[in-house]
Amino acid sequence: MIVSIASGKGGTGKTSVAVNMALSIGNVQLLDCDVEEPNVHLFLHPDINRVEPVSILVPVVNEELCDHCGKCAEFCRCNAIFVSSERVLIFAELCHSCGGCVLVCPRKVITEEKHRIGTLKSGSAGDLELVYGELEIGEPMPIPVIKEVKRQIKKDRNVVLDSPPGTSCPVIETVKGSDFCILVTEPTPFGLHDLKIMVQVLDGMRTPFGIVVNRAGIGDKKVYEYCREKNIPILLEIPYQRKIAELYSRGVPFSLEMPEWKEKFQTLFNEIRELVSK
Amino acid sequence: MKQLTVLSGKGGTGKTTLTASFAVLAKKAVLADCDVDAPDLHMLLHPEIIRTQEFRGSKLAVIDDEKCTKCGLCRGKCRFDAITEDIKVDPIACEGCGVCAVVCPVNAIALTERISGHAYISKTKYGFMAHAMLSPGEANSGKLVTLVRQNAKILAEREQGDLIIIDGSPGIGCPVIASVTGIDAGLVVTEPTMSGIHDLERALQLLRHFSVPPFVCVNMYDINEDNARKIVDFCEESKIEVVGKIPFNPIVTEAMVNGKPIVEHASESDVAKETEKMWKNIVSALKLGSG
Repeated sequence: MIVSIASGKGGTGKTSVAVNMALSIGNVQLLDCDVEEPNVHLFLHPDINRVEPVSILVPVVNEELCDHCGKCAEFCRCNAIFVSSERVLIFAELCHSCGGCVLVCPRKVITEEKHRIGTLKSGSAGDLELVYGELEIGEPMPIPVIKEVKRQIKKDRNVVLDSPPGTSCPVIETVKGSDFCILVTEPTPFGLHDLKIMVQVLDGMRTPFGIVVNRAGIGDKKVYEYCREKNIPILLEIPYQRKIAELYSRGVPFSLEMPEWKEKFQTLFNEIRELVSK
Repeated sequence: MKQLTVLSGKGGTGKTTLTASFAVLAKKAVLADCDVDAPDLHMLLHPEIIRTQEFRGSKLAVIDDEKCTKCGLCRGKCRFDAITEDIKVDPIACEGCGVCAVVCPVNAIALTERISGHAYISKTKYGFMAHAMLSPGEANSGKLVTLVRQNAKILAEREQGDLIIIDGSPGIGCPVIASVTGIDAGLVVTEPTMSGIHDLERALQLLRHFSVPPFVCVNMYDINEDNARKIVDFCEESKIEVVGKIPFNPIVTEAMVNGKPIVEHASESDVAKETEKMWKNIVSALKLGSG
């Protein structure tokens, strides 16, 4: 089963839920798809046994044979190619690697080379297998790195995916193919606003989902009213507690220090399994 | 005219809460909410929309089923897995690059424009505001951020404003890069947690990559004073100015529930006082005329 964890609003506790749930169930592969700011490893201190570059293909023009017709630049929707009467300039960090310029070049003088945009790291912490990606600083496109992380999925395991915040393409890329998505929210106006956008996204993707309310007790009751109205299951509530916040700040998964939570996360996972098998 | 972007790397550290207070304190700055896929600033500033623009960020491939012979060439060449086995376009995966249209031997594929969101120009009681809403699940948030920033610039020029305050999105990828290019300073808001520290470092590297002068704010610093000290020490070593340290106070959430910037909701609170102090530091560091 593949379960992804998303939120809309940042800082609601996605990573916390992902890590604590992963530590509470067996046979787990945990993948951190927040490749812009991966944090899961900070809580697990894994032994990393594989580090690989993640690259995309970007065009290279053989300037000796190029007649500067400009067809490639005309085609490119990312404005990654600029052709003057004497030169061709390629802006690799704008290229989305569609390969179109190679196809449209009438003289066939464009080839492709690898351009590194990130790193893939895999390792383990106890029985738990961890994979995460890191986008290079200054590179705009997380998607190919997320894809590489997800290529490591082992379907026979309990796969947990930690998503980046937001509601746009990196989140879609992470959640795509999941059997279930946990939306972690906080009972505040910002939490609810961004949750509603995520619900629209998941409805569009036809991915089943449920809610975990983190920092329960702060804010107001509108998240609960919304879930009741929309018939969205609230699977777990994590109260706002100084101790949980303090453990989080030190990078300690709270279920390790507060063992009663281990059971709650197991129940959460079993409940999801039941919802998925329905 | 100066431009200041509030960013964080990690989400939920308090970017929007601080931006809203800055809007009050700056008096007549132009605000730009560049968190276009989860914008929240409007819930504190209550903008009245003056103008709405359609945002056409990308194209979408459309296959003419009558012409299509299901040869599958397009599927083979699409690098975004956007053509399904039965040769249909998956609108979520399609980047609108146009490769499929180039390789189609029977010219059955056309690219159509799609509306990927809306940009707004609004009035608030604190000044003008440029903001936007990306349609749920859409790509190209960077281009929409650029549009919001262009709108903010036009507003600032028209109003002869001397400052644009930009509320950024979490992360360090495309929308954040679009929010920090060409600005005068970036304020990185962090929290004294392991995640906060890790993400602060990457956000500072991003600012350095684009040669943007950084400031740091440690929000909720008393949640873990050891970590807060580490952040301050690290910044001192790196010669980065820590412009503010804000205590944790549940009144911030209360202000949010009331839909008000904290400096208005509880002007006598420790959070409001520290926010004002920080704003003064920023004003003097940026050499702004007013405060």
